[in-house]
Order: sequence, then structure tokens, then C-alpha cells
Amino acid sequence: MSGSFRDPVVLRSDDEDLVDVLEERRHGSDLGFTFRTFSPPSCPAPSVSSSDLRQSVLDSLFLRHVAKEVAVETGSPLEMVMGDARSILEEMSQNLQLGFIRLMAFTLTKVFKKLFRSIFINMDGLNTLQQAVQENPVVLMPNHRSYVDFLIISYILFAFDLPVPVIAAGIPLAGMKIVGEILRRSGAFFIRRSIGSDKLYWAVLSEYVRTIIRKEFAPFEFYVEGLRSRTLKSLTPKLGMMHMVLEPFFKGEVFDITLVPISVSYDRVLEESLLAHELLGVPKPRESTAGLLKATRILQEDFGSMFVNFGCPLSVRSLCEGRIDRCRFNLRPRHVPQQPSADVQACVSWLAHLVVRLQEEGSVIGPWSLMCCQLLQNPVHVLTGDGLDWQQLSDGTVWSRRLAVDCGARLSWSGSVSDPDVMTSAAALHRSVVQRRRGRVYLLQGEEPERRRPIGSEDGVMRTAAAVLMLASYRNQALHVFVRPAMLAAALNVTRSRRREQLLGFFCFLQDVFSHEFIFVPGRSTQDFEEACFYLKKCGAVNIDDQEVTVPDSGLEVLSFLQKLLQPFIDSYQVVFRFFCEDGPQVFSEKQLLPAVRQFATKLILSGELHTYEALSSDTQKNVLSALRRLQAVTKLRASEQNEYKVNREAVRRTADVLAGKIPPQMLQATPDARL
Amino acid sequence: CGRQPGSIVGVSNHIWQIKRQEIMKWNGWGYSDSRFFFNKKGQAEFTGRRYRLSGLIIPGLKDWFESTFGASLQHKTPATVSPILNSSAVQPPTLNEAFVEELKSTGIPLSHDAEDRVFRAHGHCLHEIFALREGKFGRVPDMVVWPNCHNDVVKIVELACKHNVCLIPYGGGTSVSSALECPPEETRSIVSLDTSQMNRILWIDEKNLTAHVEAGIVGQDLERLLNESGYCTGHEPDSMEFSSLGGWVATRASGMKKNVYGNIEDLVVHVKMVTPQGVIEKSCQGPRMSTGPDVHHFIMGSEGTLGVVTEVTMKIRPMPEYQKYGSVVFPNFEQGVACLREVARQRCAPASIRLMDNEQFKFGHALKPQVSSIFTSFLDGLKKFYITKFKGFDPNRLCVATLLFEGDREKVLQHEKQVYDIAAKFGGLAAGEDNGQRGYMLTFVIAYLRDLGMDYYVIGESFETSVPWDRVLDICRNVKARIIRECKDKGVQFSPLSTCRVTQTYDAGACVYFYFAFNYRGLSDPVHVYEQVEHAAREEILANGGSLSHHHGVGKLRKEWMRDTISKVGMGMLKSVKDYVDPNNIFGNRNLL
Repeated sequence: MSGSFRDPVVLRSDDEDLVDVLEERRHGSDLGFTFRTFSPPSCPAPSVSSSDLRQSVLDSLFLRHVAKEVAVETGSPLEMVMGDARSILEEMSQNLQLGFIRLMAFTLTKVFKKLFRSIFINMDGLNTLQQAVQENPVVLMPNHRSYVDFLIISYILFAFDLPVPVIAAGIPLAGMKIVGEILRRSGAFFIRRSIGSDKLYWAVLSEYVRTIIRKEFAPFEFYVEGLRSRTLKSLTPKLGMMHMVLEPFFKGEVFDITLVPISVSYDRVLEESLLAHELLGVPKPRESTAGLLKATRILQEDFGSMFVNFGCPLSVRSLCEGRIDRCRFNLRPRHVPQQPSADVQACVSWLAHLVVRLQEEGSVIGPWSLMCCQLLQNPVHVLTGDGLDWQQLSDGTVWSRRLAVDCGARLSWSGSVSDPDVMTSAAALHRSVVQRRRGRVYLLQGEEPERRRPIGSEDGVMRTAAAVLMLASYRNQALHVFVRPAMLAAALNVTRSRRREQLLGFFCFLQDVFSHEFIFVPGRSTQDFEEACFYLKKCGAVNIDDQEVTVPDSGLEVLSFLQKLLQPFIDSYQVVFRFFCEDGPQVFSEKQLLPAVRQFATKLILSGELHTYEALSSDTQKNVLSALRRLQAVTKLRASEQNEYKVNREAVRRTADVLAGKIPPQMLQATPDARL
Repeated sequence: CGRQPGSIVGVSNHIWQIKRQEIMKWNGWGYSDSRFFFNKKGQAEFTGRRYRLSGLIIPGLKDWFESTFGASLQHKTPATVSPILNSSAVQPPTLNEAFVEELKSTGIPLSHDAEDRVFRAHGHCLHEIFALREGKFGRVPDMVVWPNCHNDVVKIVELACKHNVCLIPYGGGTSVSSALECPPEETRSIVSLDTSQMNRILWIDEKNLTAHVEAGIVGQDLERLLNESGYCTGHEPDSMEFSSLGGWVATRASGMKKNVYGNIEDLVVHVKMVTPQGVIEKSCQGPRMSTGPDVHHFIMGSEGTLGVVTEVTMKIRPMPEYQKYGSVVFPNFEQGVACLREVARQRCAPASIRLMDNEQFKFGHALKPQVSSIFTSFLDGLKKFYITKFKGFDPNRLCVATLLFEGDREKVLQHEKQVYDIAAKFGGLAAGEDNGQRGYMLTFVIAYLRDLGMDYYVIGESFETSVPWDRVLDICRNVKARIIRECKDKGVQFSPLSTCRVTQTYDAGACVYFYFAFNYRGLSDPVHVYEQVEHAAREEILANGGSLSHHHGVGKLRKEWMRDTISKVGMGMLKSVKDYVDPNNIFGNRNLL
């Protein structure tokens, strides 16, 4: 089976060279691998020990400055504040040790060989990285789709003799017995989840991060999305860490910083079912060593292949050229904290979005993702009831492969195996969700999740929803390829207009509404629109001239496919809008909102009014909330301690009307994005 | 002239004849008789008899030169024009006949000879020298005048105003800011006002320790003449062989030994300047005044845009009893900077303290003349062994500070110990007087080296800035890296020399000098590439909190950054002064604003 991806169709112009990291491990000795000489090319700066690193953080003028402020504010003596800082640092620090890297490499080799058929990496990306680590501080920025990818980068870098990174991790991992310590010694450092306004904590953390960058202690790895994506869709980047990482460049403390977007993609994600249930409100199990041991049963299962794509290194200096006036830092000592100015904020946000887009572009789309795109074009009751004709599914998938290629996707679709075999194999890999029986495919409803409360009619909905959300997340893996053309398709459909100007207006409106659903690089709306036009034209779905976009009959199939891809999102958003306008309270907290919306949507599904189960996903609901906040239809109450929000029903209704095409988007007053 | 010959203390009857080009190169740096060349054996030699290095063979230079730049002695680029200027290539002068007539009647010497005009049409920026070597002349002055005293200048300025002639004051011609370039758009007749004949010390006041000096005097003459009376000014810019007192005032010059004697603004007690509105000077010589903004500060740094400085009263000091050079080797540049910072903090800087980075250390090493005795070379070997092997200094990271102490013997020795003790705390090892002295000697010959480089496809330049202490390391690293990156981006085929040194320390910061040179083989327009890189380097300096200039001035080369540097209001202030003092832009060199 491991040969099925031997010869991947990489449909990109770049001459890439995929290598399976596990291939050698399956033949060679794991112990030999673990204990081989490890001699990465050294960073230009002399090496610093982990304790030196901690000491220079404590000695830094910045931390002293903040500590003094905290001491004055709280009335506690400075020594005590510095003591607090020291313990924060102790709790946080990594303690990278080669011995533990070896242990990690040994363990992961064993685990990966069990779980995956192959782990493919692009060698050219790794080669450019090798060059980059010798020049400037390197920041590795992978996406985060599974717990498994937490140490994958370290593992690969160790395997290819590159310096092993320091990794920003959530504090729950540190709480795991033994494992936490092993992670710490493998380079993980731990950040509390809700830091809020803890000034001292921010100071210690940011100085720690900056010191690692400044001293080029090791490559720095962090998840710019902030957390693991439950939907396998890219998340809106978090900017806090990004600011910390980039500041040494802004302030001239390093010549340049190299950002390396890394895309990790899976044929099958380990946590697929857990994630779907989390989205439906089942709390995520706490990270614990016992839990980890329990999870070892999944080692028996087959998860296909994993793809790690090292993107082209980005020079922060070149990217920031003309965007940042570095002279602004001239008039204050650099250790005195300074609110980032508008240009710095905009630039950091832009860079973060750019990296996430590049992660998307670097990710690999498997046949299963395209199959899910096809499956979800059908009503759920068909999938659970009569099933879908296999031939129809495979024809559709092959058809959409062509479309994906036209839209610039990177596919992993073996050329050496026949198409039907590829799809058969993909379906087999996902037999926990779909079943193929007598020429038809059926959606399997998940097992009953553990619940305390009595079983009601709504539980059926939840079981179906879990299965749908699993399909949806694999579809999401491919969505970044289609989203721009799909929005144009939606604009054509909703506005019934052909005028470019009008279409662009609606396109931009969709970008505003879906600003947290999909990743759009700020300030690039027009280019995104042009890109959408370009791709639709390329696949023959539209004709375009200076003024108009027209649709030939031959283009209807593509447009309909794309439109249906986006439909679940539009429907889900409309449901939440409706909830706010009809049912919902005027003031609410996020905690109250999610169950209430879920209940509202469940009712609509049961009554047959709503066809998409994706409206039940808490992720979608949160994204709607963020979008409405951005559109200022919902405002956060400043005084409130429980994150309470206030709804402006009129504004929500207007947004809903625009989305439905009842009024043109100009009526809507979108305030300029603060992040731009 | 109303001057009484008997009262004159000293006249520099040195070399500053009206025809300066007879002893100086017209298309390169310095004296005609002094230059580097590679002899038949491929060894570098320095000609002439003026410098300690003169007549010596420098065995290490060829290897350093070839390995640093990827240059080769086989690939020569000699100046395309002969050492004698071809005057037919110079555009004929645009003369204002009425002005010339009236000026002739005053008896002030003047010339419109092509050689005289070309010689005064440039400073020593790379692009200026490069063009001369190629025999290209842009707009040059139409005439040169040589006033002999203050009153001559008054007459010239009056006539210039009357006939609307553009005046460009010319002192030593060592500008590196394009300040002497004639604005190409200038349609009036341009007259170069050469101050070299105003070179007398008019009086010395031993009670107040001041000297009143004509502004055309050249640095080395001023020091020599004062020394004859047992005094010195202590103002020693690297260009002091050729630069003039008036030029120092007009550009806010800085001297190597400013830690003891101060920069030009600290040394000047009284200035006389002739402007289109008349003569500006203060009524007394009080050591400090609270009389509104100090008008001297309109004059200092005016870069020839407001008038001609004719006479200056300067502080003088008794000549130091004892001078001692010294040097310290540091394991790396970071330690060296930390040491200089500590020396500045304790305010115990010697007369001069300079820190060279590793590349410059190697450069300095390559310039060691052939040692005469086996013993010296054995000692050198021993020293090297001690530092690199015994002390574990990495030869590719270590750097060296050169020191100069001045004062009475006992205090110098005490001071020396204090500084070496501080250095020791930063891992510094004393590395002897010789290294120190050679370091300072090199500052005078380094400009000659650029001419040698230009014979072999290598062009380069130095530029400077001042920067707060906390940013010194960052600016050095970033600017050097920027130069390297820009060269690569601009298609330079060979890795450039990109090096720096910290040359002055202050309470709140330091002066940093960058040297930058590259082999331009394969480039079609090397000067343009050079200028782009220098421009980028200056942007980098500013982005890292460095100043536009510490002492070179703005000229026309750095004008574009003035507004950001001193703000819009600041520009308005300077403009309104210019508008009042010189409404018809008689002093039309268009520097600064």
C-alpha cells in the first residue's frame, strides 16, 4: 500500500522532489538513526545555553522597566515582582537538550511508522531552509491540524541535520506527567492560554521570545493560527506572538528575520472524530499522559500519508520595505514599551495573513478532499438514506480534479495507479465515515458520543452532524483553492449582474462577511477578485471583458459546483443572522450564544427548513460573531467582565439582506478594518 | 590690505601657491609624488618621502587586495586621461565681463585657466574622482579668484552682488558631500573663491590662550606654526593635511583628539564671515554668552551657502609634554564596543580612542611594511601566537582599539593604566604602541589607497554617522549587512569589503565610520551601482537611529534627507536665514537646503 503515493502528481510548475522520511527508517536501524552524529550548520552567533537565555531575559532592561512599573502599580517590592518574573520564566522555559531530541526521534520513528504509510517532505524546501538557518534568525510557521504535528518539524530537522527549533506550546501540554518534561527538553516552551491583562506575564513572554530571536538561540517555531484548527480550515492568524517575533527586526536588533511557512497535510487526521464532536459542543479531553496512553489504540489504524511542505523562506526585511518607518523607534530607548503604531499593526497583520495564505498554497490536497467536495453537493438525507451512486461520485471527483488543477491546487494523486483505484483506496482509508455497498456510497453515522443527559430526538441530528462535519473538514482542506472563484460564482448568482464593478462590490462584501471564515490577505480584495476572474476564465466558466463578466452555458456546471461549495456557509450565516433578528437576546455572552444557536439550528433542521448541518458547528457560529463585530452589527460591552455583546438587530438584518441579494452591498457601512 | 606685516605671527609659505595642482593630483588624492603602486614583483610600494610608509614595500597588501576583492593585478583600469589635464575637454568659461573688469581693477588675482577651474570643481566623492579619471568634466567654475585677506573678500562679495555672479567658496577641496559640485542648472557665471592665500596667523593671545587666524589656513600649517610658538589647537581631522580652517567651520568638523580639545564648535571663540548683507561677527570674545540663539551656529555648518568665513579666533593649548600611542586587542567587536562605552561612562577617554572591526584589523595588518629585522618578525609571530593560541582569540573575530594619550608624562601613564584596566574587564589585551601608531598613520594614507584600487577595478568610499550607545552594535551589523545584500542585489559579482570602526566616543553615543569597496568588473555603470548602495546604506543608518552626518556634512549628496532629519519647521528656519542673508542666492552652491 505504501507504494500508492510513490509517484505523486505534483501539479505545480516548480521542480520539486518529494522524499519519504519514513522510507529510510523502514530499512535502516532506528537506534543507529537516534544516535548518529548530529552536526547541524551552526547559526552565525555563538551558541548560548538555555540558562544563559533565561538569565539575559531577567537581566533585560525591558523586563526591569516593566517590573518597576508593576511594582509601583501593585505596591509590592521590586524584588518580589522580579521573583514572580523568575517563576513565570521557569514555568515557561524550554530546556532543549540533544539527548532528549534523540529520545524524541526514537519514539516518533516508532509511532510514525505505525501510523503513517509515508511522510513526504519537499527536499528543495528543506535545502533552502538549510541555507536560511545560516544567515538570519529563522521562524518556522507551520499550520496545526493534529497533535501529531507538534514535533514533526523537530523530527524532520533532526533527521536532516538542521538545528532543532524552540516551539511555542500551550501550557496544558506542560501539565502532562513526564511527557511535559520531555517536550520541554525537546524544545517546547509553554504559554498560558488566557494571559489577559497580566502585564508581567506579557513582559516575560515577549522578552523571552525576542531574546531567542535576537540571540539566534535556535529556529523559532510557532503556530500563527494560535491553535489547532478543528475544521482543517486555516484560522485567522493571531497577532500577539507575531508582533513579538518581528519586533527585533523593526527595532534593528537583527538585520533580517526569515519566515518559513510550513504546510502539514494529512490523508486522514488522527483526531477527526474528536474534532467533529468538539465542534458540536462536546468538551475536548484534557491533555494528560494517561489520555495519551489510552490513545495508543489508534496505533492500530491506518492514517495514510502525511505531507510536510517547507515553503519558500520569506525575508521580513524585503516584505516590510516601504510598509514600516523604522525611524519611528529612534526617539525612545528601545526597551521602553511602546504601543505599536498603525503602520506596524497593519504590517504585522498583513504578514501573518500572507504566511497563512502561503501555508494554504503549500498544502497538499488528496483525492479524499475532492470526494468530500462532491459528497457534500448532495443533500444529507440522500447520503444517509439511499446513498450516492459510486460511479457518479468518482466521475464528479475526476471532474473536480481538473478544476482544482486549473485553480492552482497542489494535488497528491498518484499517476501510477488508475483513478478508480485511487478513489477506492481513499474511501477505504475513511471507512469510519463512508461505506461503499453495492455500487453506492453511504454516510456512516458516528457512534453515540458519551452524554449525561437523556437521549432526545435532537441526538439523531447530532450524530448525523458529526459525520457531516467530518466530511466537511476534509472538504475544507481543498476549500482555499476554490474559495475565490466560488465567491465570484456566488456574486454572479446572487446579484444576477454582469457588471464587474457590481460583482466586485458583492465580492468584497463576501470577503467582509467571511473575513473569519476564510483567509484573505488584507488590502488585496481587488487582486483576489482578479484572481477569481482569472481562474474562472481559465476553466472556461466565464467570459470577461473590461466591463462585464458573462457566463456561457458551458460554464454553468463549474459555477453550480462552486456555488454549492459555498452554500453551506451562506446558509449557516443566514441562520445565525436570523437567530439574532428573531429569537436571540439583545445582550448575550459567547457562552450563552453557542448552545442557543445550536438549539435554534437543530429545530430548523428537524423542521426541514435548514439543510446544512454545518450551521451546528461552533466554529462557524464564532466566525459569524467575529464578522458581525467587524461589521459593527455586534459590539462588545466594555464594562462587561463575561465578554458580553450587544446586538444591533437592524444592522444584522441589513447584512442578511445583502447576503440574500435583497439590497445592494453599498447600503452596508463596513467600517475600515482596524487591522488594515 | 590693511594688515600690518609686523604683527603677523606666522605665514604658511608652505605649498599653497596659487597653482595647487602643481604639487597635488588633479584626479586623485593628495600629493602628486605620493602614491601606491604594485612593483614588478607584484609587491605594493608607496612612493615619495612625505609619510612614514613612503619608500617602503608592503608585502601583505597584494594578497589582501586580491583575496578581499577578487581583484587581480592582471586586470588594470588606469585613468583614461594622462596625468596632465586636457583643457580642450573643459567647456569654455561663461564670464560676466562687467564683473571681471571691476574685479581686475582691484588687483585681486584671478584666472579662467581650465586647469585652475577643473581643480576647484570637485571634492573627493567617488563619483567625482571617477569622472575625472575618465576625463569627464561637468559644469566647472568659470573663474577662480584668490583673495589675500578679509577686505579682498568683502570687495569680491560686493562685486558679485552687484553683477549677480554666483560665488562658491573653496578651501582645501576635501569635501565628501558633493558640496563643491557646481549646480548644473546654474546659468550665471560661477566664481570659485579660493581662500588659500588667506593663511596667516594674525595674532596669538597667550593670556587668554587664543589665536586669531585667517580662515584659508590649512590644518597642518596651522599646527606647525602654532607649534613653533609652543602651542597647538589640537584639532586634527583626518583631512588636516589639506583641509582649511574655514572649511572646518563651514562643515562643523570634528578632530581625532576632540576628547581633549573639543570639536570645532568647542574651539571657536569668534568668527568673521562676509555675507551679501555685510559682515557678521560678535562684538566681544566672551567665552560663553546668553544673547539669544548663538549666531555662530548659523555660520557653523552653513556649508558655503551664506558667505565666506574669513577670520576665526580659536582656542589654543600649550603643546602636550608627552604623547603615547597604544592598542588593545579584544576577542570580538561586541566586547570592544562595551569597553568603549565603559570608558565613555567613566569619562576617561584618551585624546583618541578608535575601535576597528575584524575586517579593518585584517586590512591594517595587510598594510604592515616589510619588517627590517628577523627579530621584529619573530616578535610579531610570538604576539600572534600568544593572542590566538594562548588566549584563544579567534583571528576572524578579534578586533583592535587604537589609543592616543596626551598630557604630562605622569598623568598619561596613570591614564593609560586606568584605560587598560577597563579594557581588561572586557577581555582586552594590550597590544603595544606600534599597532596604535600605525593605526593613526594609516588614516592619512588610506585615501591614497582608493586611487590604487581604482587602478584595478576596485571602487570604494567611507561615510560616517553618530548614534546612541545602545544602537552602536546594531547599526554596525545592519549597515554592513545591508551593503553586502545591496551589492548582491545590484549585480556586483564579487563580495564587497564592508567594514566599520567606532572613531569617537561621547557621553551619549559614538561616531561610526563605514568603509565600503567592491570590485566592479562586469558592471556597466559601477558608479551608479555604488551610489545606489551608498544610498541604501544611508537609509539603513537612518532607520537604525543614526544621524545623517557626524562631521562630513550634508552638501548636495545628503540633501534629500534633511527635511526628515530636522523637520519641516527646522527647514523653514534655515530657509528664512538664507533668504535674509542671501536673497539673490549669490552663494549658490545649493548645499544643505
